Amino acid sequence: MSLVVDLFSVVAIGAGVFFFLAGTVGLLRFPDPLSRLHALTKADNLGLGLVVLGLLPRSESLLAALKLIAIWALVQLAGATAAQLVGRAVRRKGSAV
Amino acid sequence: MSVLQALDIGLAFVVFAVAAWTIFAHGAFAATVGYVVYGLLLALVWIRLFAVDVALTEAAIGSGVTGVLLISAAARLRAAERAEPEKSLSGLSRLLVAVLCAVVAVALAGVVLLLPEQGPSLAPQSMQRLPETGLGNPVTAVLIAYRAFDTMLEKVVLVLAVVGVWSLAADKYWGGAPGEARAERPEPTLAFLAQILAPLGILVGIHVFWVGADEPGGAFQGGAILAAMWIIVMMARLTEAPRTNAFWLRLALVAGPLVFLAAGVAGAIFAGSFFAYPPGFAKPAILFIEAFMVLSIAVTLPMLVAGPPRREPRR
Repeated sequence: MSLVVDLFSVVAIGAGVFFFLAGTVGLLRFPDPLSRLHALTKADNLGLGLVVLGLLPRSESLLAALKLIAIWALVQLAGATAAQLVGRAVRRKGSAV
Repeated sequence: MSVLQALDIGLAFVVFAVAAWTIFAHGAFAATVGYVVYGLLLALVWIRLFAVDVALTEAAIGSGVTGVLLISAAARLRAAERAEPEKSLSGLSRLLVAVLCAVVAVALAGVVLLLPEQGPSLAPQSMQRLPETGLGNPVTAVLIAYRAFDTMLEKVVLVLAVVGVWSLAADKYWGGAPGEARAERPEPTLAFLAQILAPLGILVGIHVFWVGADEPGGAFQGGAILAAMWIIVMMARLTEAPRTNAFWLRLALVAGPLVFLAAGVAGAIFAGSFFAYPPGFAKPAILFIEAFMVLSIAVTLPMLVAGPPRREPRR
């Protein structure tokens, strides 16, 4: 049983790390600010979500698990807001940023 | 080499790289962003050193509030930067600066390398006396019991900083509110964030203060989180900064140091020495002081960010 849980964690966290990596590559390689934002936020949300998913079965208590989920939700909120703000600043200034 | 060691070394390299990037960044804004990232990485370093209290403070104050302060300073300086391009130093002074920095860096490295294997430490004594304070978190005990005077003075410094910021106001604005008169509507995106985040953040801030007695956390970290919530609500323009001559504001600013000092004097009368707590009453006294410190910090930091008064006071 513990092997299954371990395997699940490794796969989920590995997938999360892959999405972070993909997001970082997108941030560095994509041509304009809006598509860079797109790469970053999508990968962040999914990457952190998968890492949290992988950590859930390893948390000590239900409260700890809920805290992990709350962290993910708060990062989603912050990420989405920041992306909106940057996106608006880009639109206001044109694509010269 | 274990995986954790490899991660630690990697983390150290990233900290160095971000520090270098911050120094060489063009423009104040980019440098500030680098500095914020640097602070968050330092928080990770503190966690790896098992200093969670320091990590929380670094993330909240070192990176968060200082970051906001520097970004607003950078925004104000932007016009000046454009009007007058930075004059670069002459070759000789550059060399001099480089030599000075190198000497300081080498001296610091030398000191760290020459540290004795077993450094002098008060940790055992501190842990031994911990039960007398009724606290479970030795960091809180150091801050509010063993070195209470230092912590009280830190709060006084914060109040002085606010006085310094307010002093930048023109005479006619003295006592008025910081920031432009509210002509603009709330920023919708930020307002959305503030409306969801502020209630949660207030809860988290009070929780961090409350668990600080026994676990990592405390007045500074909790107060900084509460301060951040007020800053976000003001940034979203859901509320305006208060008039700086408002009595409640000034009372909230000095409440922390004042209660702290009063408790110190009370200690001199009832417990035999300045800032001593009577046996058995240490924990309630400490939490009482901390509650007022949280209030003062939660008001001080947003006032620093709001800046000097820029509107005439209504009388």
